[in-house]
Amino acid sequence: MTPVLRAAIWLREYGQATIVLLLAVVAWEIICQQMDIPVWLLPAPTLIWQETVLLIPVLPEHIYATVIAIFGGFFVSIVAAVPIAITVVYSPFLRRVIYPPLLMLQSVPKVAIAPLLLIWMGYGLQSNMVIAATVAFFPIVINTATGLEAVETELLDLTRSFDAARLKVFWKVRLPWAMPYFFSSLKVAITFAVIGAIVAEFIGADKGLGYLILASSGAMNTAAMFGVLVIMSVIGILCFYAVALAEKLVCPWYLPTQEGSQGA
Amino acid sequence: MSGAAKVDRLERRVSSPQLQLSEPSSAVASASSSETARKLLIRVDAVDKEYATRSGDGVTALKGISLEIRENEFVTLVGPSGCGKSTVLKIIGGIIKATRGLVEFDGRPLEKPSREIGMVFQRPILLPWRSVLDNVLFPFEMMGRNVREHVDEARRLLDMVGLSGFENALPRELSGGMQQRVSICRALVYDPKLLLMDEPFGALDAMTREELGIELLRIWTERRKTVVFVTHSITEAVFLADRVIVMTPRPGKVVLDLRIDLPRPRTIDVEFTPEFKAYADAVRDAIYTGKRI
Ligand SMILES: Nc1ncnc2c1ncn2[C@@H]1O[C@H](COP(=O)(O)OP(=O)(O)O)[C@@H](O)[C@H]1O
Ligand SMILES: [Mg+2]
Repeated sequence: MTPVLRAAIWLREYGQATIVLLLAVVAWEIICQQMDIPVWLLPAPTLIWQETVLLIPVLPEHIYATVIAIFGGFFVSIVAAVPIAITVVYSPFLRRVIYPPLLMLQSVPKVAIAPLLLIWMGYGLQSNMVIAATVAFFPIVINTATGLEAVETELLDLTRSFDAARLKVFWKVRLPWAMPYFFSSLKVAITFAVIGAIVAEFIGADKGLGYLILASSGAMNTAAMFGVLVIMSVIGILCFYAVALAEKLVCPWYLPTQEGSQGA
Repeated sequence: MSGAAKVDRLERRVSSPQLQLSEPSSAVASASSSETARKLLIRVDAVDKEYATRSGDGVTALKGISLEIRENEFVTLVGPSGCGKSTVLKIIGGIIKATRGLVEFDGRPLEKPSREIGMVFQRPILLPWRSVLDNVLFPFEMMGRNVREHVDEARRLLDMVGLSGFENALPRELSGGMQQRVSICRALVYDPKLLLMDEPFGALDAMTREELGIELLRIWTERRKTVVFVTHSITEAVFLADRVIVMTPRPGKVVLDLRIDLPRPRTIDVEFTPEFKAYADAVRDAIYTGKRI
């Protein structure tokens, strides 16, 4: 594909949205300037830009802290969730034991547990990670367990007709079968981990984008708050696409609703 | 009509499957007399199967089923859905156990799934992440046998069903008929004596279905397999079989065991002969009479 063609395709795909977005920003700017809205209430885009540029020197360490909390939490949640999902699938007894407390834990708002975790684990990245993990953990357990159980009964009949060992069936059939389910839960989990990490930084941290928002708010610097918000959402989107890319690499045979409706 | 008379006679002989039509060509007659001398491969004797249900009381899926299938026989099993055809097949395949009764394979009681038995189901159930070739080789992996040694055989089989060139394709790149061919290769690759097929062409369109039927007969002739083939198409049952076994539901039992003495190799044309029609009518009659009971 030539670059020109690529650009044309990109334009067709995202052109309208981009134009609408740009118009909205311009309108925002004009409204702020014409109507004399106080900067602490709604700063103009140009001011947000200026304040964000001022933040650049300190940004790396805060971004680093948040990204580490997100991915740390994300991986901790995977490492905890997958064995639980496997256990639950293979042992009806343990399922009955594990699920009720898990559901209880899930129904408690994580924001409410976070201060407790801070007391137990201390201030800093490790507790931010764990808080992010508690938020991200649940969908992975549920979806992975569902995927492991979703293997078609006829396929299991077939493996039985080979007199196959259970461990072989697990590695060669159940686990790959669950992969699409696992990855779709990872996409949910990574966005949850972003929320969890930011919440943790709100509650107690001296680094991270959550902390930076809180600090800007304390300084009545609304423009900086907006800037950090934009950075956060960009990080959130990048994290999501990283997982989506991993999915494509790990299960290329699984194409979720490829080329859906192309309606105008 | 002579066809109707024939059917009448057929029906009265239902209980003794060795009896044949009196008119078949002498060639066929001599072929079938040697059949009785063939070795018994499967013996199912007075088998009952009850499934446990959620409500607690079981469902009687099979009641007093007895079957004898000899080596190299092509047996089709017909009956309305829910009459226990799949259950019979799973019991012979050792996938599930009979509640009562005896199941022998090759002279020995069947305790667990045998590697001498290959199964094909209604859907191809290929592993979507594996290439066609790796799907065909899948049984060896599951059995813990050397996979590499059998790559050539897998390729030969794929070639035989017209799929050479698709070895590295993924299942979703294949049509339904092609996928079912792959699943047949997967059942043949470890060279089992017995092929159990549960409505293998049930999900395919009529044309592909006929095509695959003829192909299956060719494979069966070339490789000298024993086949038990479940279908609910009467035409398919008669076309393929040496013997058609008709089952009726609630509880599932055998109501007709009919020897089909049509000459082989068969082509679709055979379906237009009066003999074929007589057989098909006999089967249909058994199904509907069974239903009324
Ligand atoms: N796993 C099962 N649990 C309970 N009942 C079953 C199960 N499998 C089959 N049955 C019942 O047994 C009967 C025979 O089923 P099946 O062998 O699948 O029939 P067919 O293959 O002829 O359609 C049906 O009434 C069905 O509902
Ligand atoms: Mg069935």
